[in-house]
Amino acid sequence: MLHIDNLSNEIDGKAILKGLSLSINAGEIHAIMGPNGAGKSTLAYTLGGRPNYDVTGGSASLDGVNLFSMDPHERAAAGLFLGFQYPVEIPGVSNLQFLRESLNSQRKARGQEPLSGGEFIKLAKEKAGLLGLDMEMLKRPVNVGFSGGEKKRAEMVQMGILDPKLAILDETDSGLDIDALKIVGAGINTIMRKPDKAVLLITHYQRLLDYVKPDFVHVLAAGRIVKSGGPELALELEREGYAGVLGAEVVAA
Amino acid sequence: MNSLTLPTRRAEEWRYSDLDALAAIWPTPAPTRIDVAAGDSARHHLLQDVGEGAAVHDYVITVGDGARCDFHVLNIGGKFGRVTFTVTLGKGSHFELNGAIIGGGDQVLEIVSSVTHAQPDATSGQTIRSILGQRATGSYLGSINVARDAQRTDAFQSIKAMLLDRTATANAKPELEIYADDVKCAHGATVGELDRQALFYMASRGMDPATAKTLLLKAFVAGVFDDVADDAVKDELEAAAIAKLETLV
Repeated sequence: MLHIDNLSNEIDGKAILKGLSLSINAGEIHAIMGPNGAGKSTLAYTLGGRPNYDVTGGSASLDGVNLFSMDPHERAAAGLFLGFQYPVEIPGVSNLQFLRESLNSQRKARGQEPLSGGEFIKLAKEKAGLLGLDMEMLKRPVNVGFSGGEKKRAEMVQMGILDPKLAILDETDSGLDIDALKIVGAGINTIMRKPDKAVLLITHYQRLLDYVKPDFVHVLAAGRIVKSGGPELALELEREGYAGVLGAEVVAA
Repeated sequence: MNSLTLPTRRAEEWRYSDLDALAAIWPTPAPTRIDVAAGDSARHHLLQDVGEGAAVHDYVITVGDGARCDFHVLNIGGKFGRVTFTVTLGKGSHFELNGAIIGGGDQVLEIVSSVTHAQPDATSGQTIRSILGQRATGSYLGSINVARDAQRTDAFQSIKAMLLDRTATANAKPELEIYADDVKCAHGATVGELDRQALFYMASRGMDPATAKTLLLKAFVAGVFDDVADDAVKDELEAAAIAKLETLV
């Protein structure tokens, strides 16, 4: 589903990703772990098309379509969802309005009819219920006044409503208490654990992986995938640390 | 505010005006007078949406003791569109101006106000939101004058402008002239651009750029027409504002 080949990029002239390759098939959940500054969030933003994240080499495709030939909103319509580490606040725009416009923009790009107000509310209610988010919250402006945990839950409600093929979730577990982590983990499983979908989880910690079991775990350090394995790799990292598993020189590179 | 000679840019209140466009309609019509009798309340609105050329609307308003006047204005039409308010407030009265300026192309749009608190205990509020694209210029020049006897005056001016292009211009010039000593006058003016983080966030959810910008701009002017009492008027002003916004994104 997602094929990244030898990807390099720059932000303001500084090289961050240095030849990163990764393939994810439909039905798989992959986790990327790695020390601070390794380029984990940069990978997510680069795939999502954030301005100023310039691709300098390599390629990435979603179901065979070159991601970098599409604008960010076109990537979303093609089935990519980017879960933000720091969801953005948008005063004056309600979650419902935001999501309905987003969904209908995607549907239009795919040649589908827009959802009516009633159909959309029904869908939003169902997905909010799944994540234990009060519908009243969805009437409020996007992320404004939401706690860290509420923002992450709202992200997952967005994911449920938009129903992507591939979700790249950037530290969706940060800022969550244990109960919220369970709910968000269950949400990810319910929405994305399907034969025709895939997930790339970016995380610092093993704990989210207790709830969302990855099929593969990769370690990103110094802009490249330096080690890949099964779920046991995450446990090994948790036990021994990045320097212990990879060697201090790899982490520092 | 008109006299027989065409004004020049040397006059402060015409400093940002399009005087060529003005010349074509000079002299402008006599001002509209609004007198709100003591204890009464009045609501007025103006949709300045002239097709082309220039339009100047001058209002001279007196608000009697204990009276209230609410004015909503949307200034979007013509090469040059100018709306002015000369307001005199009686004892314990209130004047509220809520306005939006939305311009594109080479439009020059302005709201000019002079609010005089002539007596004690009067309050006034002015909220102006401007959205300017392409080479448009939008200006707010507003003076608040507090007379020596006008103790316990409470006045505010909240001016915010959003520039959609580097070539657009916003001028905000709140001015206070205060002769009383027990007075509260607050004013704030900001000029900004659309939030790029928000635009990327919206794009990442699939929203096309025009829809995303329109939503952010609607949010920016939301509130200006919130307290229009007549629903038909409110719908008219909001629909005109949105239609104009959509031509700019």
